[in-house]
Amino acid sequence: MIHKTLNISTSPHISTGTSTEDIMRNVVWALLPVAAFAVYSFGLSALMVIVTTTAACVLTEHFLCKFSKKESTVSDWSAAISGLLLGLTLPPNFPLWMAFFGGVIAIALGKFIFGGLGYNVFNPALVGRAVLQAAFPVAITTWFPAFSPARFSTFSVATFTFPFMEPATDGFTGATPLSAFKFDHVVGETTDLALGLISGSTGETCAALILLGGIYLVARKMMNWRIPVSIFTTVFVVSGILYLVDSQVYPSPLFMLFSGGLMLGAVFMATDMVASPITPLGVWVYGAIIGLLVVVIRIWGGLPEGVMYAILLANAISPHIDNLIRPRVYGTAKSVKQS
Amino acid sequence: MGIFNFHKNTFKHGLHPPEHKGETNGLPIRQFSFAPMMILPVAQHLGSPSEIVVREGQEVVRGQLIAKATGYVSVPLHAPVSGTVRKIANVPTISGKMVSGIYLQTFPYSGQEVLEGTPIDVETATKEEILKGIQDAGIVGLGGAAFPTHVKLKVPEGKTCEVLIINGIECEPYLTTDHRVMLEQADDIFMGIKYLLKVTGAKRVIIGIEANKQDAADHLEKKLPTDLPISVKVVPVKYPQGAEKMLITAILGREVPSGGLPIEVNAVVVNVATTAEIGRLLPHGRGIQERVITITGPGVKKKGNYLIPVGTPLRYVLEQVGAAENISEVYMGGPMMGVAVSNLDISIVKGTSGIVVFTENEIKKQEKVYPCIKCGACVDACPISLNPSKLGILAKFEAYDQMAEDYHLMDCFECGSCSYVCPSHIPLVQYFRLSKSIVRKRKATKQPA
Repeated sequence: MIHKTLNISTSPHISTGTSTEDIMRNVVWALLPVAAFAVYSFGLSALMVIVTTTAACVLTEHFLCKFSKKESTVSDWSAAISGLLLGLTLPPNFPLWMAFFGGVIAIALGKFIFGGLGYNVFNPALVGRAVLQAAFPVAITTWFPAFSPARFSTFSVATFTFPFMEPATDGFTGATPLSAFKFDHVVGETTDLALGLISGSTGETCAALILLGGIYLVARKMMNWRIPVSIFTTVFVVSGILYLVDSQVYPSPLFMLFSGGLMLGAVFMATDMVASPITPLGVWVYGAIIGLLVVVIRIWGGLPEGVMYAILLANAISPHIDNLIRPRVYGTAKSVKQS
Repeated sequence: MGIFNFHKNTFKHGLHPPEHKGETNGLPIRQFSFAPMMILPVAQHLGSPSEIVVREGQEVVRGQLIAKATGYVSVPLHAPVSGTVRKIANVPTISGKMVSGIYLQTFPYSGQEVLEGTPIDVETATKEEILKGIQDAGIVGLGGAAFPTHVKLKVPEGKTCEVLIINGIECEPYLTTDHRVMLEQADDIFMGIKYLLKVTGAKRVIIGIEANKQDAADHLEKKLPTDLPISVKVVPVKYPQGAEKMLITAILGREVPSGGLPIEVNAVVVNVATTAEIGRLLPHGRGIQERVITITGPGVKKKGNYLIPVGTPLRYVLEQVGAAENISEVYMGGPMMGVAVSNLDISIVKGTSGIVVFTENEIKKQEKVYPCIKCGACVDACPISLNPSKLGILAKFEAYDQMAEDYHLMDCFECGSCSYVCPSHIPLVQYFRLSKSIVRKRKATKQPA
């Protein structure tokens, strides 16, 4: 006789075995080479910026959960992603107290206030960066040269700026490839851009490593490949047309693709699952909107870089994209308008 | 059929869960021993339950009618063994509900010959006589749905059936019932098709088989009778291709309209094991007493495909095949859509296509449920292009009417693909089952007003 109390559960009784935590952890893995290159090219200061923002995000999430008497959600790794991403978008010589402040804002205002993971409208890291950009316009556009010989032995003077103080400047303002183009009309070498042999934000310089991380995630089915492809295509086509119209005034499409935060933004930030549309067609539209905004802001806007605002704006409309663009359900007429 | 539709011979989306069919698909069908006591609920099919026509203490012969059909959407029940009716009482069923039924004690030394009925000759019988014969034989969809087959076969006035599709897809992991039936009962299948052709008036027959059963396809192809318009079509392996609507799309490229039946695209789909049963029973006027069942899973010692009498208690089945020490969950049906059994005193019914036993090692652990991160995996899996993510959120807010009206909830046929892929372990299909039943109830209470 079999004497056994059987478990019961609802079907399906099997699953893929991939969890949300796995996805988030793998995004962190994919970002690590990018972070490592940032430390390699900018030294200890960059390391401190990345560590600070990550710690700020994780701690903020942990304490906000405790404060609201919920179980801490730090273990789902999503706060670590936001922290890493925020750090990678900041200049390597960014004052640490400002970076910490940005991390707190990213989680508190970008994510927690909306209800935590799954409910945020915007990419939390970009919310943090937008606030920093508004609050500290000088510090966030003060760049530090890459590959300085002393980068592993000394910190940038600005790094340890006392909280609430403006940093001393030892960097150089306005000489990243994009701002050089924007304000001085100097176009950098695309190969240098792709390999990261230039100055810029900590993690935005090496396009090759960013793409590699993206390919890893796509291969593991943890990233929607349509988003970066749609953004790159749009940027390439739109800036390509402008370049054909007048190659003296407008930069080449390749320069547009590999400069600034486009790579990091398109691969790791626009693909934030929560803040992007869910249907295949909606995702193409979303990517195209980002691509178009990037070109418009970069070429005609007052700022050298437009990726952050482009993604934030597209985040805001992505729920509406999902509402407007719905796949046709099996067995329903093609022409039926769905409310 | 947009320009983005590159999939030929299959439907859109779907999954590839690990198959686990190799464990039993090479094992021939074997007769199972008769349990000392059979438990026979009268509600083994969809529709109205049958009515018991025997009394306690009565001796019955194997194949004898013991409960008759009550109305059109109903089928009779036949004695699976020769024996004595011990008790007429409520018996447990898989849903947990007790329904009236018969305890039939098997004669230990009987030869178990089957009672012959009035044969229905496929050449001379009329359409109506065959339909009646199918109902009298107690035949229901053996793929698992257990819907009375004669009801499904009746082509309504004004509609025509052009194609008859024989469903040999068996897309559920682990199950190999239909696979073995196709390999071992080809003649019965072709005989069954003869009856079905006459009843439906179809011009052609297509036997749909997934590519993981190429041997069955080759075997049937070789034995195809030259006088029948039958062809065999092999389609790529994908879950849930065995679902009627998905199969029609895979084979004919047509879409059954939302809320409609296959006949609206001039097709009728019949499961291959059901077809074989028709071909075997009708020429002898017999009723259904047993069926082929795959018994498998890591918790089973003697895995295999068995011919088991309807009414055999699950406990007896597991004792015969040997269950592992650490069994944890027992499913009737496959692991994707099968139902977990809470009580081994329920019995094999006509719709039982398989029994899968999982041990503590295979069952899903109490997984942490995360919020929906809108990764879109469910959207990419749903075979009918619903948005399970959105539906899941609406279900949490109990917005059932909006789910039905704006997001086509009622088209969901509960294949479970969304739950299978969800990385946040949200029990989506369970939400939808519940939501559907609430919507149905609301509709039912609104109508009389």
